[in-house]
Amino acid sequence: MTQSNRISTGGRIDRSHGLEFNFNGQSYQGYAGDTLASALLANGVDIVNRSFKYSRARGIVAAGAEEPNALVQLGARKDTQVPNVRSTQQALYDGLVARSTNGWPNVQRDVMSWVGKLGGNFMPPGFYYKTFMSPASMWMTYEKYIRMGAGLGRAPTESDPDIYDHMHHHCDVLVIGAGPAGLAAALSAARGGARVILCDEQEEMGGSLLDSRETLDGTSPVAWIEKTISELASMATVTLLPRTTANGYHDHNFVTLHERRTEHLADTASDAGFPGQARARLHRVRATRVVLASGTHERPVVYANNDLPGNMVAGAVSTYIRRYAVVPGNSLVLTTSNDHAYRAALDWQEAGRKVVAIVDARANPDGDLVRQARDSGIRVITGSAVIEAKGTQRVSGARVSAVDLDHFVVTGRIEDLECDTIASSGGYSPVVHLSSHTGTRPKWHEDMLGFLPGDVKDMISTGGVAGHYALGETLADGARAGRQAAIDSGFENAEELKLPDIKERRDGPSCALYQAPHEKQGLRAPKQFVDMQNDVTASAIELATREGFESIEHVKRYTALGFGTDQGKLGNINGMAIAARCLGRSIPEVGTTVFRPNYTPITFGAIVGRHCDEFFDPKRYTALHQWHVENGAEFEDVGLWKRPWYFPRNANGKKENMHDAVARECLAVREGVGILDASTLGKIDIQGPDAREFLGRVYTNKWAKLEPGRVRYGLMCKDDGMLMDDGTTSCLGDNHFLMTTTTGGAAAVLEWLELWHQTEWPELQVYFNSVTDHWATMTVTGPDARKLMSEVTDIDLDREKFKFMDWKEGNVAGIPARVFRISFTGELAYEINVQANYAMHVWKTLFEHGEKYNLTPYGTETMHVLRAEKGLIIVGQDTDGSVTPEDLGMHWAIGYDKPFHWIGKRALSRPDTMRGDRKQLVGLKPKDASIVLEEGAQIVLDPNESIPMTMMGHVTSSYYSPSLKGSFALAVLKNGRERMGETVYLPMSDGKTHEAEVVSTIFIDPKGERQNV
Amino acid sequence: MFYIFCPYCKEHREEEEFHPRGQAHLMRPEDPENTSDEEWGDYLFFRDNPRGIHHEMWVHSVGCRKFFNITRNTVTYEILETYPMGEQPTITAESEGVRLEQGAQVADGGWQTVGARPENKALNEEASS
Ligand SMILES: [Zn+2]
Repeated sequence: MTQSNRISTGGRIDRSHGLEFNFNGQSYQGYAGDTLASALLANGVDIVNRSFKYSRARGIVAAGAEEPNALVQLGARKDTQVPNVRSTQQALYDGLVARSTNGWPNVQRDVMSWVGKLGGNFMPPGFYYKTFMSPASMWMTYEKYIRMGAGLGRAPTESDPDIYDHMHHHCDVLVIGAGPAGLAAALSAARGGARVILCDEQEEMGGSLLDSRETLDGTSPVAWIEKTISELASMATVTLLPRTTANGYHDHNFVTLHERRTEHLADTASDAGFPGQARARLHRVRATRVVLASGTHERPVVYANNDLPGNMVAGAVSTYIRRYAVVPGNSLVLTTSNDHAYRAALDWQEAGRKVVAIVDARANPDGDLVRQARDSGIRVITGSAVIEAKGTQRVSGARVSAVDLDHFVVTGRIEDLECDTIASSGGYSPVVHLSSHTGTRPKWHEDMLGFLPGDVKDMISTGGVAGHYALGETLADGARAGRQAAIDSGFENAEELKLPDIKERRDGPSCALYQAPHEKQGLRAPKQFVDMQNDVTASAIELATREGFESIEHVKRYTALGFGTDQGKLGNINGMAIAARCLGRSIPEVGTTVFRPNYTPITFGAIVGRHCDEFFDPKRYTALHQWHVENGAEFEDVGLWKRPWYFPRNANGKKENMHDAVARECLAVREGVGILDASTLGKIDIQGPDAREFLGRVYTNKWAKLEPGRVRYGLMCKDDGMLMDDGTTSCLGDNHFLMTTTTGGAAAVLEWLELWHQTEWPELQVYFNSVTDHWATMTVTGPDARKLMSEVTDIDLDREKFKFMDWKEGNVAGIPARVFRISFTGELAYEINVQANYAMHVWKTLFEHGEKYNLTPYGTETMHVLRAEKGLIIVGQDTDGSVTPEDLGMHWAIGYDKPFHWIGKRALSRPDTMRGDRKQLVGLKPKDASIVLEEGAQIVLDPNESIPMTMMGHVTSSYYSPSLKGSFALAVLKNGRERMGETVYLPMSDGKTHEAEVVSTIFIDPKGERQNV
Repeated sequence: MFYIFCPYCKEHREEEEFHPRGQAHLMRPEDPENTSDEEWGDYLFFRDNPRGIHHEMWVHSVGCRKFFNITRNTVTYEILETYPMGEQPTITAESEGVRLEQGAQVADGGWQTVGARPENKALNEEASS
């Protein structure tokens, strides 16, 4: 294939650097500096896709981010597939492989048209709206057709070989867009001393200057671009980010920038010669001031068959000719509402191809460009518009007529012009997307015939997006904006920028042309496309308004206008104008849509960055973790901690299962001695003269008389009376306490204490510090615990001198330790706390001495069984935020007569918390002792009741007990304490119903003698 | 993502360092015993949900651990001031109302569905309901 549409001179391509690429299985050539789109046009490829709903042939319409049709699936390999890439934004590289997103395998032949026809019938306007209103079962029917026809691209099926990363910045001034306004703003701000980031989404900076017909200082604008960029690049305070799209504008001037680092060079970063480097990067920028210089998108005119390949926006025609040296056709008709678009015809003619006519909707256009066109011998037809494109696979002609836009009718004789390209311009839409991400509504400016950004705090919009279209004005406005941004961010001496000289050009006023009338009305006219990506036609919008959808947001949902990856860049304003015309209102009365991030799609790779594989949550390990690993522990996550779950043994080459391991560990504790790594329990050091008073206010029970050396179990409620945490607190000194919390609740409890201290009782002198990581905790428990301890400590372990709920200081294994006589197993227990760095030595010493007692390490599962056998609760398992201490039968731990009105007390006397039929904690003994009830199983009293049955409670903890040789459970049951001895039923999802007897929560040693042996 | 000035650390930090803790200036009844169930229920469960100026309590949870207050516009998300516990806001809905009358710029967005001008009553009612 030859590049039949390539011009031999000009453009910003490198003709000495030819590139091979493959599109839809066919090889083509292009040049360095091409985009995939410009190379396709150079090769005369007309059809690049099939449309979403009607499967119509579609060609390239635009030259930038606003392109709705030319989406491709990029990637040479299975693992490098990127869906929905705009070929207008994809730089060409050698070996590039792309396919049409839709219409695959062959867009040229109409193989999918039956789907289109079927889809068209199946998907009338309002399809989404009506489908979601209809029974969900219908979705299955529709979905098949949507999937077949939809231009949704294909997700890669293999792991991405590339890496991505994030970078965080703070800057004084972030300039978005490096066209004339953005460059002037960046230079102005940077010279003023501000730290500037300048980002631009295109392959090279310069924006509209890159294809401009105008001169700066009497020469091509490229010289000024190069000079400006080289000055910016030389400044240490400036960061230049080309190929970087500002994709989201978030709260408080936080902007995310998506930088494509190697995608313009090759399939992967490695192929591009940058192995190990990020393919794309997300910059997270917090800017003191944002200068929005995002420019404009030219609006195409809506006329019949305006989606045929060969229909383009006028500015894109100029861009392809001047920047890429590609003339995308042989004979041109331009239909326009403004002067600026005339340059497309002038560029076309200068490229040596035929301009058939310029069709201008205005009666008397007379600007400089109009004169120049006329002087060049171009026929200018005034007061008229192209009303229909002719052709099947590509434009073959244009039907032109005089039009009365006020009455929206064709007024004259219709003339057929032969041409293969129709360029259209209905004016310019400022690219307000980013400004509206902030939640600020764009404002309609009737004089500009466009929406301009609303007032966004700490943002200045400039240049085209601010409604300055003439180059001189744009440059001056950009310079002003940059200087202002520098001053606003503290660089008060920023000076005015000297601007290049520009030859003034006089442009005449534009007229409002969104849709051209047709001699046939509404649905009888050939399709007039408003949103090509979503196949939304003008008649669909008319239909929506007739069906009563008056707000553009409703019209949008009804027709899918502005959906998809396109987000209505070309179609939204035209759609609104059509809705407004149908409703007899003005555009601002119909509304505007709010654009949301992202401006253009970004890959999941860039969003995720290096945060792959692992979760954000840190993993916390105890000081003894290595020992647990070496001893074969299975781990479970508790909060962020890795805790040994159980320690399976290997015997005869077989690994113990969990049931057997837990049974063995339980019996070891009940009959000998076991050891638990309890280091993960939250520990909060509380000091200050009012520490004791504070404890009395946050715990339900009394603390006034706890002496140094003593320990007490405490319950903590929220002010609604519901239990939030429990644990022991030890008195270390009169003004010094050590509070323990649940493993998962440690951080929340610390914040809770701070909350009450800082907001309610700042007068109390008390200080809190987390010491969870500072102390390792080892629980030695079982009937042989004292014998073992006596071998390793100098603490007097005499049962009268070191009583249950005492703590003592001394040495354990030669290390200073605090030892607490607390029991969570019901057995004699010593909790040894040592400075965490010494924990491994102490632990190993205990095992050296413990071998003869068969000292057995146990994990959280055994801990759970042992505590449940004793009826000891776990907050969050046996409670769920709706359980009071009274519900748990812990009346003994509630100090109703304490002098201060502690947290939770008032709520315990509310009628709801005093109800007799609240769910209360009980024990359950299954009638069949081999059945371990499911935790969460619902309890009913009458198993024969019809569904929905009256649910009386549920199982909270359930285990097999090796000591009881049978199963047991804890449960919450309405009025449970009154139901001792009753039989309850647990209907299961498999149809079986289990029976259980309501019993005491304490299954072993109800008198509590074992912990005091 | 918010950018929040901690009045204790005296610098702006990223939102990730903070936790919101709900409405500010909630008073725990001084004498709970003599507070009616209804009043206690109000204190526990009922919160303002204004469109516009709101006072919120936040905590610099992975910074200085201090609680403080924020005056925030719930429409624009603009943080108008932050101030330590025990202090009163200098900007309130009332003071902003005065500013509005004097013609200062305040945001007019905020509907999930925008597109409705104030005169388009039916849509506004629907959107704000
Ligand atoms: Zn702070």
